[in-house]
Amino acid sequence: MADAAQPLVLRRFGETRRSDAWWLTPLAVFCGFSAFIIYSTWAAFQNANYTFGPYLSPFYSPEIFGDSPHAWFGPKPAAWPDWLPFSPALLILPIPGLFRFTCYYYRGAYYKAFWMDPVSCAVGEPRKSYWGEHSFPLILQNLHRYVLMLVMLVLGILAYDAWKGLWFTDPATGTVSFGIGVGSLILVVNVVLISSYTFGCHSMRHFVGGCRDLLSRAPLGTKTYDCVSCLNRRHMLWAWCSLVSVGFSDLYVRMCAMGIWSDFRFL
Amino acid sequence: MTMATFQIWRGDAKGGALKDYTTKVSDGMVVLDAVHQIQAEQANDLAVRWNCKAGKCGSCSAEVNGHPRLMCMTRLNQIDITKPVTIEPMRTFPSIKDLVTDVSWNFRAKKTITRFKPRTPDAPDGTWRMQQVDIERVQEFRKCIECFLCQDVCHVLRDHQLFDEFAGPRHMVYAAALEMNPIDTEDRVSDLKKAHGIGYCNITKCCTKVCPESITITDNAIIPLKERVVDQFYDPVRKLFRMFQP
Repeated sequence: MADAAQPLVLRRFGETRRSDAWWLTPLAVFCGFSAFIIYSTWAAFQNANYTFGPYLSPFYSPEIFGDSPHAWFGPKPAAWPDWLPFSPALLILPIPGLFRFTCYYYRGAYYKAFWMDPVSCAVGEPRKSYWGEHSFPLILQNLHRYVLMLVMLVLGILAYDAWKGLWFTDPATGTVSFGIGVGSLILVVNVVLISSYTFGCHSMRHFVGGCRDLLSRAPLGTKTYDCVSCLNRRHMLWAWCSLVSVGFSDLYVRMCAMGIWSDFRFL
Repeated sequence: MTMATFQIWRGDAKGGALKDYTTKVSDGMVVLDAVHQIQAEQANDLAVRWNCKAGKCGSCSAEVNGHPRLMCMTRLNQIDITKPVTIEPMRTFPSIKDLVTDVSWNFRAKKTITRFKPRTPDAPDGTWRMQQVDIERVQEFRKCIECFLCQDVCHVLRDHQLFDEFAGPRHMVYAAALEMNPIDTEDRVSDLKKAHGIGYCNITKCCTKVCPESITITDNAIIPLKERVVDQFYDPVRKLFRMFQP
């Protein structure tokens, strides 16, 4: 690198000439993320009220082991240690959690809101040292593309859950018929929003065309790249919408299962 | 006519302070107009770098009320002139005098990026054939006017002064323009990781927010380059594929 510029007089934490409410966005992000982390952690440890009729909370999907009829392999394995808390959500939530944690949008947002590095543009920082994503531990953010692969599998399962949420069993006769409830719509909207977030991911954009210099050699790839780029332009919006929708989907199923809300059926 | 107060940083490399100037302002004026008026009427020795007054030369970069901006593109009706307006030089670079800073580090850093090397010409007349779809991405990067506002706001340079380790957003855009060029044959990915420290960028998008040419620096230049670095250095599956490539 070229010779460094002369050192500057560092500004203290929070010092800036900006007169606008620069603290508002990081504060809102801090509150939003904190609220989601607290609720999702609480919900994941409940191990109850995560199904209602054909609905399965997205926090608990796929239910690999569990007590509900949605479980793939039946109840908790006998070999599960007693000292280790069990919940179907704990087996699956690390995947979407890690995906969002390593997502380029979320990274930028929580570096500002939680780590204050920087707290806002052109505002003084609390620490002098800085490693960025150049070295351990944040160099591990480069795992994002692998987590994307896992999340694609989970997304397919969520889509199947949304489809199953359209088929209701008559408790009297046991017959299964097509229907649409508020919960069905919530699960479908949730899948659409999570898909828009996932398919607009920067790593996905790289896979489908960003890695090439000659897009014209793959016409189908060009169209896919354009579509992913289109979603990517609103990546922040999709990130927030999908975060709210996945949390609300769990809340809706939980409230119905607890008998606090009743599921209105359109069909 | 309305009166407005401007607090302009006066000083040099040894130090300085904000000095108040009150002047008449009118509709349609930009910050640079006000600075020129102050220079003409009250402070003949005020140093300010400017050239085109049209947002295309990138000379009049400064910090207006703490925001890195081009003075010629900041209209007075965009800011609150009922309170004193602060005008400071770019904080990231060493001060020369008043609003003029020494941005020469940027030109030295630019020279460290591997130059463009085209493939063999496609036609006997020494020309190349390119598809529009292949050059659209790099055309965005060519809009850069080298105002260095992105370098100024980047906290890696501004607050941590990692000039030796990190080339900054401007040079990431420059590297992306070359690296994604459909006829370029050079590989800059290794340099981006090691010499130019792309890993230091933590994607806070401040550079994108201040770009007067609206270049989507983070999403279209830095992150795609980060992904190329991952391809080459942190992706064992890709490495395996490359081993078996003919």
